[in-house]
Amino acid sequence: MKDATVNPPSLGTRSLELYKTLYTIRRAEELIIQYYPENDMKTPMHMSMGQEAIPVGVCAALRDGDQVFASYRSHATFLAKGGATDRFFAELYGRQTGTVNGKAGSMHLADPAKGHMCSSAVVATGIPVAVGAAFAHKRRGTGRLACVFFGDGAADEGAFWESLNTACVMRLPVLFVCEDNGLAVQTPAHVRQGYASLTDIISRFKCHVAAQDTTDVEAIRQTAEGAIIRMRASGQPAFLSFTCYRYLEHVGVREDFHLGYRSRDDYEAWRQRDCLTLQRARLVDAGHGEEALRSLEQDIDERLQQDVARAKVAPPPGPEELFKGVFHEKP
Amino acid sequence: MRSRSYCEALNEALHQEMARDPSTFVYGLGVPDRMSVFGSLVGIRERFGPERCFDTPLCEDTMTGFGLGAAINGLRPIHVHIRVDFLLLAMNQLVNMVSTFSYSTGGRLKVPLVIRAVVGRGWGQGYQHSKSLHALFAHIPGLKVVLPTTPRDAKGVLIAAIRDDNPVIVIEHRWLYWATGEVPEEPYTVPLGEGQILRRGSDLTIVATSWMNVEALKAAEILQRAGVSVEVVDPRTIAPFDERLAVESVERTGHCLVADNDWTHCGFGAEVAARVSEQCFGRLKSPVTRLGFAPTPCPTVRVLENEFYPNAEDIVRAVEAKLGLAPSDLSGEDFYSHERRFTGPF
Ligand SMILES: Cc1ncc(C[n+]2csc(CCOP(=O)(O)OP(=O)(O)O)c2C)c(N)n1
Ligand SMILES: [Mg+2]
Repeated sequence: MKDATVNPPSLGTRSLELYKTLYTIRRAEELIIQYYPENDMKTPMHMSMGQEAIPVGVCAALRDGDQVFASYRSHATFLAKGGATDRFFAELYGRQTGTVNGKAGSMHLADPAKGHMCSSAVVATGIPVAVGAAFAHKRRGTGRLACVFFGDGAADEGAFWESLNTACVMRLPVLFVCEDNGLAVQTPAHVRQGYASLTDIISRFKCHVAAQDTTDVEAIRQTAEGAIIRMRASGQPAFLSFTCYRYLEHVGVREDFHLGYRSRDDYEAWRQRDCLTLQRARLVDAGHGEEALRSLEQDIDERLQQDVARAKVAPPPGPEELFKGVFHEKP
Repeated sequence: MRSRSYCEALNEALHQEMARDPSTFVYGLGVPDRMSVFGSLVGIRERFGPERCFDTPLCEDTMTGFGLGAAINGLRPIHVHIRVDFLLLAMNQLVNMVSTFSYSTGGRLKVPLVIRAVVGRGWGQGYQHSKSLHALFAHIPGLKVVLPTTPRDAKGVLIAAIRDDNPVIVIEHRWLYWATGEVPEEPYTVPLGEGQILRRGSDLTIVATSWMNVEALKAAEILQRAGVSVEVVDPRTIAPFDERLAVESVERTGHCLVADNDWTHCGFGAEVAARVSEQCFGRLKSPVTRLGFAPTPCPTVRVLENEFYPNAEDIVRAVEAKLGLAPSDLSGEDFYSHERRFTGPF
C-alpha cells in the first residue's frame, strides 16, 4: 500500500472550509424547501438536514481518490464529496444538465469523477458494492479506500452483516459510516434491534470501531481521520457510528412533529447543538469577523440562487436519452 | 478436428483469458475446493494463485455487489455459482444495483462482471437445485444472459462474456459438461447476441435453449427418418435477444416449436412465440408451439422427474401433431438416460 497519511491539514482554513461546505448543503436544502412546493422538482427528497456534520466531517477526512457509496439520503454526501451544485440542482429538476440528465433525481445522485460512486434507494445496497470497490483498491494497490454511508435501519439488513463480515475476513479498506438518527422512516430502533448496542457487537469483529454522540463536524472529522490511520496501519476495516437527528420528515421537505411519533421538544434540544451554529461559533471565537462570514455566506447564497435559476430554465433531456447508458457506451 | 468436452472448453477459456488479462479473477462459494466447480476450474488456482481464485463467505447477495464494486474499479470479476438457484439470494444486487449501475452514470462506467451459474438436473436434484431461471434474468434491462450449448460455444461465449464491458450471466447446464465437440485451441469469441443454426432443415423450426438443443437434435434425427426435415435454432443469447435467426428460419419452414429448458408460463418460449407470431403471422402454417417444464416444482423421484422434463420424444410427438402426422413407433429409440452417465450425489 502507498502513502499512509491523510490529507495534510491546513489548520487555519480547514475550519472555514468545513463551515462553507456545511453552509452550502444547508442552504441548498433550504432552497429545495422553498421551491419544492412549485412541483417542478419531481423527485422524492430525503433531506440531510440536521445530519450534515457526518458526511461533511467524514468526507473531509477522505482523500480525493477515495470513493463514497451513499444511500438515498445523499444530498450532503454528494455535495461534501465535491459534487457540483449546478449539476445537483439540474438533476433535481430533471434537466439535461443534471448529473445523469435527470434520470437519477434526488435518490441516485452520483459523480464518479469526484469519487461519489452511487446513491442507492434500496436500503443497504451500496454496502456490498463498497466492499468490492475496496477489494479492487487493495488488489490494485491504489491506496484508496471505500467509504459507505448508511442509516441505522440499514444495520437491520443482512447485506450489512454480510458486508461487514466479508470486509473483516478479507481485510479490506472499507470505512463503514452509520448515520444513526434512531429511525427507519418512523420506526424507532427499539422496535427493530434485538440487541443493546450495535457497536458492542461490531467490536467483536476484526474491525476498528468508534461511536460518537456529537454534532461537531471537527470532532467527526478527527474521529474519521483516526479511524483511517488505524485502517491503513492494520489493514482492517473500520465502523463509525454517529448519533444524529433528522430535522424533517423521512421523505419530503416538511416537519412532521404533528404525527406524534417524536416530539418537537427533542428537536428543539438537538437544534441547540445544530452543527452549523456550532461551527460558526467556533469560527467567530477563533477571530473570524462576523462581516466576513456574512459576505461569504452571501456569496454562497447567490451562487446557489443562480444554480436554481439556471436549472429551472435548462432543457429537459431529449427522448434519445432514455436508451442511453443501459449498457456501457464507449466515449 | 480438436475435440474437447464442454467442461474442458470452459476451463480452457478461463486459463487463456486469465493469462491474457491480469485484471480477471474467479471467486465464489467453494471455488477453490477439490471439486473445482465440476472440473471447470481445474488448475486455475494453482496457476494464478489464491489472489485470483478464491473462496467467499456464504453471502451471495453481498458477493454479487462485491463483484460490481470491483468491476467499476478496473477489475474483471468472474463469480461462480454451482447452482443457479443460489443466485436468487443475489437478486437484490443483480436487479437493483448491477443492472442499473451503467445507467446511473449515463453509460460512463463499465461493469465487466461475469456470473457463471450451473443448472442441475437428475439424480434427485429436486426443486431447489434444478432451476434455470434464465427468463427471470433476461427480463431485466442491463443484464446480458447467455446459455451456451456446444463445447465450441462454451469457450467462445465465456471469453466474449469476460471481455464484455457489461454484466453477463452465463448459464451452464450440468449435463452439457460431458458433451464433446470441436473446440479450437486459440482463443476466440462467440459474439453475444448472435444465435446459430445447429441443424438445417426445411419443414419445421425448433428454437431451443441449453440442454433442449440436445433433445431437439435427437428429435430431428428421428423425424428425418420419417421424412420430416427439422431446423434447430439455438439463440445462445436470450438477452439481448436477436430474433432474426429464428424469424428467418420460420419464414422458410412455416412452423415453429420452442423447446425451452425452463417453465413455459411467462418464459422465454413465450417471448419467442410472440416475436415469431408478430413477424411471421401470414406465413405461419400452424400456431407456435411451446414445450418446457411442467408447471410444478421439480420433483425428486425419477418417475415424476421424467414427467416434469420434456425430452426428444415429447418434441417428436409435438412435431407430429403440428404436421398432422400419425404418431410413429418410438419403441426402438435410444433416448438419453442420465443415469448411464451420472450416479450422484451431486
Ligand atoms: C430494502 C428496503 N426496504 C425498505 C425500504 C423502504 N425504506 C426507505 S428508507 C427506510 C428506512 C431506512 O432507515 P435508515 O437506514 O435508518 O436510514 P434513514 O432514512 O434514517 O437515513 C425504509 C424502510 C427500502 N427503501 N429498501
Ligand atoms: Mg435512520
